[in-house]
Amino acid sequence: MLTTIIVIVVIVLIIAIYAGIYNGLVTARTHTQESWSQIDVQLKRRNDLIPNLVSTVKGYTKYEAGTLEKVVALRNQMTQIPAGDHQQMMEVSDQLTSSLKSIFALSENYPDLKASQEYTKLMEELTNTENKIAYSRQLFNSTAANLNIKIQSFPSNIVAKVHHFVQVDYLEVPETEKAAPKVSFDD
Amino acid sequence: MLYQQIAQNKRRTIYVMVGFVLLVMVIGMAIGYVFFNSAIMGVVMAIIIGGIYMVMMISQSTSVVMSMNHAQEITDESQAPELWHIVEDMALVAQVPMPRVFIIRDPSPNAFATGNDPEHAAVAATTGILERLNREELEGVMGHEMTHVRNYDIRLQTISLALAAAISVLVNIGMHSFWWGGGRRDRDNEGGGYLQIIMMILSVLVIILGPVAATIAQMALSRNREYLADAGSVELTRNPQGMISALQKISTAQPMKAADASSAALYISDPLKNKHSFSHLFDTHPPMEKRIERLEQM
Repeated sequence: MLTTIIVIVVIVLIIAIYAGIYNGLVTARTHTQESWSQIDVQLKRRNDLIPNLVSTVKGYTKYEAGTLEKVVALRNQMTQIPAGDHQQMMEVSDQLTSSLKSIFALSENYPDLKASQEYTKLMEELTNTENKIAYSRQLFNSTAANLNIKIQSFPSNIVAKVHHFVQVDYLEVPETEKAAPKVSFDD
Repeated sequence: MLYQQIAQNKRRTIYVMVGFVLLVMVIGMAIGYVFFNSAIMGVVMAIIIGGIYMVMMISQSTSVVMSMNHAQEITDESQAPELWHIVEDMALVAQVPMPRVFIIRDPSPNAFATGNDPEHAAVAATTGILERLNREELEGVMGHEMTHVRNYDIRLQTISLALAAAISVLVNIGMHSFWWGGGRRDRDNEGGGYLQIIMMILSVLVIILGPVAATIAQMALSRNREYLADAGSVELTRNPQGMISALQKISTAQPMKAADASSAALYISDPLKNKHSFSHLFDTHPPMEKRIERLEQM
C-alpha cells in the first residue's frame, strides 16, 4: 500500500517537473520569436519611410542621385530576403544603416533641406527606427541566450532533445557599431 | 563589475529595509512604554498605522507625486517625439510595459520615475533636460529611470515614504496623549526604580532620535539605489559615455524652481541642490563625482 503511494507520488512529481521544464522551453522559444518580430516590425517601418525620405531629399538636392539610388537598391534587396534568414537580413540592414547615415551627412550641405519641417520629422522617425532596431537586436540576443542556456544545461537539455528544440543563432553586431552602439543623427 | 554592483546594492537594500521596519516597531514600543504603559500595545499600534499608510500611498502614489511636482501628462508621441521614442526604447530593452510620460515645465534639467510596479509606472522629465541633453544622454537618463521601474525601486521609495510618515504620526499620537493627561501613571513606583528610570530615558531617546534615524535610513536607501540605477542604465544602453556626460551636464545646472521637497529622493539628481557641508548623512543622492567615477570604471 505504502509503496504504491510512493510510486504514484514519484511518477506525478516527475511528470510535473517534466511539464514545467517543457513549458519553460516553450516560453523561452516564444520570447525569441516575439523579439525577432520586434526587429521585423522596425525593418518594415524603415522600408516604408525610405521612399518618403528619398522624395523629400530629391526636392532639395540635385547632384546626389547616386547616394539615393544606393539606399533604394538596398531597401529593395531587403524586401527580397526570405523571412527566415536572420543573418542575411541583418547584414543588409547594417549596410542600409550606413548608407542612410551618408544621406544624413550630405544634408549638412543643404541648409534648406535641414531646415524643412518634413525633413526634421522624417529624421526623428528614422532615428527612432534605427535605435529601435539596435535595441530589439539587443533584446533578441538576450532572449536567445536564455533559450540556448536552457537547451544546453541539465536537465532541460534532455527535454529539449526529445522535443527537438534547436539553439538560436545570435545576431552579430558589426565591428563599427561596437564602437558607437547607438545611431544618433541629431548631434 | 556591473553585475557585482547590482547584487551588492540589492543586498544592502534588504538590510536597510529590514532596519526600517524594525525602527518603526522600536519607536512604537518606546511610545507605548512611555505614554500608554504597554510596550506591546505600542508595537501593535505601529504595525497598524504603518500598514494603513502603506496601503494609502500604494493606491494613489503616482497622481499625488505628479501633481506635487506640477507635472503634466503627455498622451501622444507627437507632443514630445524624442522623449516618447526614447522611453519606448528603454521600456523595450528593460522588458517592462510602456510607462506613463509626464513633462515638468522647469528650465533645470532633471527627471524621475514613480509608481508601484512596472505595470503602473510613470516617468517625468523637465523641459530643461529635453533642451540641454542630446539623444544619447537622454537615453542614459531614461535608462536610469527605467531601471528604477524595473528594480521596483519606485515601490521601495513609496513604502519608505509611507513608513517615514507613519513614524511621524506615531510620535504625534504619543505627544497628544501625553498633553491630554494620559501618559504613564506611576502605579508601581516602589522598587525597581533604577531600571525603570533607565528604560524611561532610553524610550524618550528613541522617540526623539527615531524620526532622525528614519530620515537617515531613507536617504541611505536612496543613495544606494542611485548607483544601482546608473549601473542599470548602462546595462540597457551599453553606452556609459552617454550617462557620464548627462550627469556632467545635470550637475552644473541651477536647482529646480518648484520641486517638492519630500519627493527629492525620486529625482535623478537632487533638485534642491542642498549644500550640507558638514556631512552627507542627509543627502538624497551620492556626490556626482562618485557616480561619474563608478561609471568610468565600467
